[in-house]
Amino acid sequence: MELIETTRQALELLVSGDSGLWRIVWVSLKISVGALILISPLAIAAGYLLATQSFPGRRLIVVITQALFAFPTVVVGLLLYMLLSRQGPLGSLHLLFTQTAMMIGQMLIAAPILVAFTLSAVQGADPRVRETAIVLGAGRLRTALTVLGEVRFGVMAAVFNGFGRVISEVGCALMVGGNIAGMTRNMPTAIALETTKGEFAQGVALGIVLMALALGVNFAMSWAQGAGAQRQ
Amino acid sequence: MSTAPVTLGSMNTTLRDAAPDDLVLSCAGLKRTAASQVILDVERLDLTRGRTYLLSGANGAGKTTLLRVLAGLDRATCARFLFDGAPVDLAKYPERMRRQLGFVQHHPMLFSTSVQANIAFGLRAAGASGAEVKRRAAAAIEWAGIGALVDRPPRGLSAGEKQRVALARAHALDPGLYLLDEPTANLDDNGKELVTRLIDAIGAEGRTLLIACHDRDLLGLPGVVRLHMTNGRLDNSL
Repeated sequence: MELIETTRQALELLVSGDSGLWRIVWVSLKISVGALILISPLAIAAGYLLATQSFPGRRLIVVITQALFAFPTVVVGLLLYMLLSRQGPLGSLHLLFTQTAMMIGQMLIAAPILVAFTLSAVQGADPRVRETAIVLGAGRLRTALTVLGEVRFGVMAAVFNGFGRVISEVGCALMVGGNIAGMTRNMPTAIALETTKGEFAQGVALGIVLMALALGVNFAMSWAQGAGAQRQ
Repeated sequence: MSTAPVTLGSMNTTLRDAAPDDLVLSCAGLKRTAASQVILDVERLDLTRGRTYLLSGANGAGKTTLLRVLAGLDRATCARFLFDGAPVDLAKYPERMRRQLGFVQHHPMLFSTSVQANIAFGLRAAGASGAEVKRRAAAAIEWAGIGALVDRPPRGLSAGEKQRVALARAHALDPGLYLLDEPTANLDDNGKELVTRLIDAIGAEGRTLLIACHDRDLLGLPGVVRLHMTNGRLDNSL
């Protein structure tokens, strides 16, 4: 019966607009969306270049990118921690335990996903898209944007997958964020740490928000793809 | 069929009524090798301004490769290449040549945006102003008689409709030389007729056309010059 009672309390927290709770949701969204906005253009461009250009070492980069997919986020956090800690090479920036550090961590975690998904989307594109753009006089940038536009659902899948991974990851956020209330406490770190202090209702409430977000993103993605397929 | 002011294969004596500056394109020793196989070996090709050339040959004879090389999509080496009378380094494919060349692929690809955006694409890429893009796209749409297609999604168009949109898209840029790869293949009779009419209109505007054509659909066009390819070589068997 405790589970039901906790869920009831969690729903109450959600509905009552508890400021502590929504502050945590806001921190999570701000960091993850910010990280994706910053890293996406770069990573998508890298994926496009890997798919369309041949240069020495290209294969190696592709293999490394795919390997980074499975890189534990807590190790990303550890490496970043060592870089940013006072004794580390970037210690003078005083970024450890800040939202910026969390954002950097999430950018590093999302980048391989974005690159690899974009790479496969562009490789799967009809080669005539690129050829037609070139023949019609498009420069490199316009050609790239045209090809990416034609595989926009693949690129969107890349971004949504990246979002799904960073919004719910706990390892790196904890290492470089430190779960400071009101500052760097996001949904995953709050659930992981506050629950141990007996804050079950808040944990469940945040869990509901996190799941709603994950499902919502997936629904949006399927809906967009469905609408795209119907248009074809 | 008229006498051909064109040099083919080893014949290099027929430049009778074509002064050199009448040639939109002239090349010698055009070669493409892929996987250590020579797939294109054109000893000589001269295209006179305003003429329509029909390029025939079996599947795999090199027709598409020749068009792709001329359009700058496939690499090739060339001993001598003149475009509009000026020498061209094919490896560096100059902008000037790109702008003068309209290539429409076999089964042309339309971007999934809209018919209107497809036709405006090249104009936008060329940096035309918004008003000019609008005006010239509208003119191309009217020219091709595809006003009724403008509001339809490109993917829903029939093969013949796509071909006409692709021709309008090329025509909007007003190139001097059109390269068309099997423009009437796999079209129904109506589609074939409409497309042939557009090709005829391009010729009537004084533009040069090089058309790869598997069947002999387009032989009815006025004043066509026939070229034939075998195993990557242009020959004069017709």
